[in-house]
Amino acid sequence: MKKLTFTSVFSQLLLLLFVIAWIVPTFGLFISSLRDKDVLAISGWWTSFTTTEVNEIYRTKGKEDQIKEGDYYFIKSNLFDENQVKEIYRFGITSKNIDEYEVGETALFKDETEITVFENGDYVWKSKEEFKKKKGKRIFVSAKSPPSFTLDNYKEVLLKEGLGQAFLNTFAVALPATLIPLIICSYFAYALTWMKFYGRDLLLATIIASLVVPLQMCLIPVLTIYNDFGALFGVSAKSYPGIWMAHTGFGLASTTFLLWNFLKTLPSEMIEAARVDGATHYDTFIKIVVPLSIPSFASIFILQFLWVWNDLLVGLVFLDKHPSEIILTAKLKELLGSRGENWEILTTGAFVSMTVPLFIFFSLQRYFIRGLVAGSVKG
Amino acid sequence: MSIFSLAITVLVGVLFFVLFFHLSNFLLDYFRVKASKNFAFENSIRVIIFIAPAFIVLFVFIIYPVFETIRLSFYDKVGENFVGLFNYTWAINDPDFRRSIINNLGWLIVVPTLSTFFGLVIANLADRIWWGSIAKSIIFMPMAISFVGAGVIWKFMYDYRGPGDQQIGLLNAIAVALGFEPQAWLTIPLWNNLFLMAIMIWIQTGLALVIFSAALRSIPNETLDAARIDGASELKIFWSIIIPYLEQTILVIWTIITILVLKVFDIIYAMTNGQWQTEVLANLMYDWMFRGGGDSGRGSVLAFCILIGVIPILAWNLYRHKQEQNV
Repeated sequence: MKKLTFTSVFSQLLLLLFVIAWIVPTFGLFISSLRDKDVLAISGWWTSFTTTEVNEIYRTKGKEDQIKEGDYYFIKSNLFDENQVKEIYRFGITSKNIDEYEVGETALFKDETEITVFENGDYVWKSKEEFKKKKGKRIFVSAKSPPSFTLDNYKEVLLKEGLGQAFLNTFAVALPATLIPLIICSYFAYALTWMKFYGRDLLLATIIASLVVPLQMCLIPVLTIYNDFGALFGVSAKSYPGIWMAHTGFGLASTTFLLWNFLKTLPSEMIEAARVDGATHYDTFIKIVVPLSIPSFASIFILQFLWVWNDLLVGLVFLDKHPSEIILTAKLKELLGSRGENWEILTTGAFVSMTVPLFIFFSLQRYFIRGLVAGSVKG
Repeated sequence: MSIFSLAITVLVGVLFFVLFFHLSNFLLDYFRVKASKNFAFENSIRVIIFIAPAFIVLFVFIIYPVFETIRLSFYDKVGENFVGLFNYTWAINDPDFRRSIINNLGWLIVVPTLSTFFGLVIANLADRIWWGSIAKSIIFMPMAISFVGAGVIWKFMYDYRGPGDQQIGLLNAIAVALGFEPQAWLTIPLWNNLFLMAIMIWIQTGLALVIFSAALRSIPNETLDAARIDGASELKIFWSIIIPYLEQTILVIWTIITILVLKVFDIIYAMTNGQWQTEVLANLMYDWMFRGGGDSGRGSVLAFCILIGVIPILAWNLYRHKQEQNV
């Protein structure tokens, strides 16, 4: 253990500062997604860990709920809606003096009716004569609300807002859009590394050039091809197979390049020995190269899967906004437009869209990092 | 669609490609046994089987579209009539386009610089502290999040309520606590670009961090120890040994983030959609792709501008590749 120097304390503090700055935004989103939507709209998420004091107005029930007991008429009920966990400590009956009475005390209205409010929100309103008004009276309460979290937002977002379906759709896009390029490119990279054919170097150079070609250069012509294809065969231009192939195309260069980088590190003697023994390239590929490449497949799978899962642009251009096709990112963008002030929906929706990437991130971080580093050191 | 039909679709799609390779190779082997042992012929057929699917995809989705987009940039909105340089002169005179170019340049300067800088500093700090790997994990985490998700996270951070109300956005809450007026951050021209860039920096610092971390480990310990024994301060070691050693890595990270930044779309589209002078090329291009039924000419010009931005990097990559091949 190194001794505690000024430099080491300073670097620890500096690093801590970075960590806090980086985690706080995500943490705030996560906490907010667990809060009650009414509270979320009026107080910052950082207040949710402490007991807060709030002043609120409620209304009692009206004449329909009255019962007669002995000589008096009563209205007995609770001020709060269901599921509200609050503790009243003072209340009042006029807006001028909202915390006039201690909880449990009895307040007298001008019409000589009496009301007693209890800690848990129960109240008893007593009158000598029959209650005549339909509307109840206003009650001002000062209450303490302890920290409370709920999963209601998740239920709402997954079932009512259609994010559950979008979640499935995203899987239906991302799995094939990751597996298809992996299959195609592993053969391609094998050919580029171990097969001799005319134009190989040119093809490799094309791959390296394609690595950096911006997606935007390809969108308009590919969309035109899809539209023509759709019109020709009378099918929709926007479909799952369509977006799989689009993602395959746009991810092809990087997938091939990463695999090629890996395959050329395999010892060539091994491949040549297999060839001399009479194995075809196909046998060599399936029996020798694929088993050795599993870790690198894993890295590439994760990179491409996360890329597709998080993509917005390709999903917007090549899929319909119909509920059966819309992907998570597009849905989230749609919610940002239509439910811009409903933070309970947005924060929860965003967190739902992040679950899969975060799961992959925390469980397979090693492969993720390995893929990124492999892709960068050379490319 | 139900889970079941989605699963079937997915399965059929993936199996199609598996079977293609399997069956075609199987057929080739089958006929090889029957027919003469013509190795050269067999090999060339197999090469075709191995590369054809990838090559077709590469051609249809990358090679052809690049040239087609360049061609379309000289044609009208439906891509039928040749209009010469009209789309280009339109772009030069278009205020949105000029704004985009300026903003993109701003992004290009600020984001790669700060991401690389933060990444380098954090990698160095974390390397020497026992909880460094946890810190790295946390700072790296935004890399896994989508730009739209990050957009929501930060829109919530930037949320604005009137001066009297309780602020629910952290940034405004801090501003108010320090005695300032709350601000609608995303609507203040010029400054709002910085607030949008912050999101990208927040994400890409993680990338720089992990790559630097890997590279730092390759610096020989003897060199560092020798410097320490000679009495060099940590800061001196950082500037005189680590930075020169990481020169190549810095360059690589810089280019990766530069390419990403040139294409930046999701963040702008989700947060401001180019309002309040935050327009960038990729968002403007998307806009023109669909505005008024789509204008492929103008859209292509804008895409081409993004390509021009990456051409130096493209040339440099090819040059390096060629050098490696010759070694």
